[in-house]
Amino acid sequence: MMTDSRFFRRENGTYDTVCLQIDGVQTHARATDTVAAALLAFGPAPTRTTGISQSPRTPFCMMGACFDCLVTIDGRPNQQACMITVQDGMCITHQAGFRPLEEPHDG
Amino acid sequence: MEQGNTDTTIIGGGVVGLSVAFGLLKAGQSVTVLDGENADLRASQGNFGLTWLQGKGAHFAPYARWTKHAINLWPAFAQELQDMTGIDLAFQATGGYEFFTDNAEFDAFTADLAAQAKTLGDDFRYQTLTGDALRAALPGIGEQIVGATFCPHDGHVNPLRVLQALRVAVQRLGGVIIPNWKVHSISPHASGFKVHHATHAPRLTPHLILCAGLGSADLAPMLGFRTAIRPQKGELMITERIQDRLPFVSSTVRQVDEGGIQIGGTKADVGPDDRETTSKMKSLAQHAIAVWPTLKDVNVVRSWGALRVMTPDGYPVYARAPEMPAAQMITCHSGITLAPAHASTLVDWILNTQNAPDLKAFDDDRF
Repeated sequence: MMTDSRFFRRENGTYDTVCLQIDGVQTHARATDTVAAALLAFGPAPTRTTGISQSPRTPFCMMGACFDCLVTIDGRPNQQACMITVQDGMCITHQAGFRPLEEPHDG
Repeated sequence: MEQGNTDTTIIGGGVVGLSVAFGLLKAGQSVTVLDGENADLRASQGNFGLTWLQGKGAHFAPYARWTKHAINLWPAFAQELQDMTGIDLAFQATGGYEFFTDNAEFDAFTADLAAQAKTLGDDFRYQTLTGDALRAALPGIGEQIVGATFCPHDGHVNPLRVLQALRVAVQRLGGVIIPNWKVHSISPHASGFKVHHATHAPRLTPHLILCAGLGSADLAPMLGFRTAIRPQKGELMITERIQDRLPFVSSTVRQVDEGGIQIGGTKADVGPDDRETTSKMKSLAQHAIAVWPTLKDVNVVRSWGALRVMTPDGYPVYARAPEMPAAQMITCHSGITLAPAHASTLVDWILNTQNAPDLKAFDDDRF
């Protein structure tokens, strides 16, 4: 786990953990995390850039409204990280701009 | 108190009314545009944004010629509005395709284009392509497409920015647009016409132009017009924005300038009902995937219905009221395509100048 995130986990109780890959870095998250929570806990880096102004974004509203948390999950672009629960082995990557028309299909 | 002292009052602040207003203002007239309510059935806010010639007037030569005239004017019109307002209309004369999944429909449309070419002569160019020839030209077209036609005169535009730019341009030229002034009725008056609102004081005007789209259905008979105007529903959807550019524009699938892919083209006569339906959304999605199979993974982010403004024969009406020549009606279902003609050539007809075009074929007396 990276330590320069602005978010700190409350160390209350014990949780199952899952393994994830975020932009090629192996990490872990709580099994109950949304992908957005896992990304915020992982670090402060932008998780996408916008399509028009290439402005950096991280998850923001955490409730499916703002679409700032769009990332590519297991090769599928434009996924709302705050609406998806982490899965063991998930591969999450930064999304640069608008999605491509065709999905890479590389899992 | 009665108000109103401009040369011309235009009823309807959509693309048709504002195009006419823009043209009249450039001709030195003073113009007031009465716009309706936000919730009115506004074709100008729901349409597909094509500047389209192929197939238009295949069996009615005056309409083929009038549409061709408007298409010829589009590049300069887009530039003029853009220069005046700073709003980019995203007009592109890319040429456009019609795609067919049914051989009989393909053959029928090919015959239509042959008829249109006979009318327009050397001014009109088009191609027909078999499915395989199309796939060779545009790899990525689906196997279900049996044929296509291509017309280099066709193109597309951002229709909401056309509306916005016309609003800005009209006001910049001194035109007055009055919102939320839904005309309830019209009556003749000694000095022209009295235009009534349900609650506001009526307005007087010496010259009236009815451009109210579906609103003209109720207002036209008050001026003695015979044209029966009816709504025809079209349903549309748009996908999330895509980084790549689709390599074609068609009448049913086009990528808007912001990146989303707009899919449309349904027709239904269901009265004043502009709600989208699941069944039509399903058929639109299936059609889009038949045309370009890689669209199957793309998310749709918005869908809507809108109502076309249809005359009984589908062609425009440009007419003076039978007993009241200072009242004119202008209605059509291709307000975007025809906008440049409405803002220029039609103004000569409205003002009856020596350059007035012969628009007898579009008179209201054909009904």
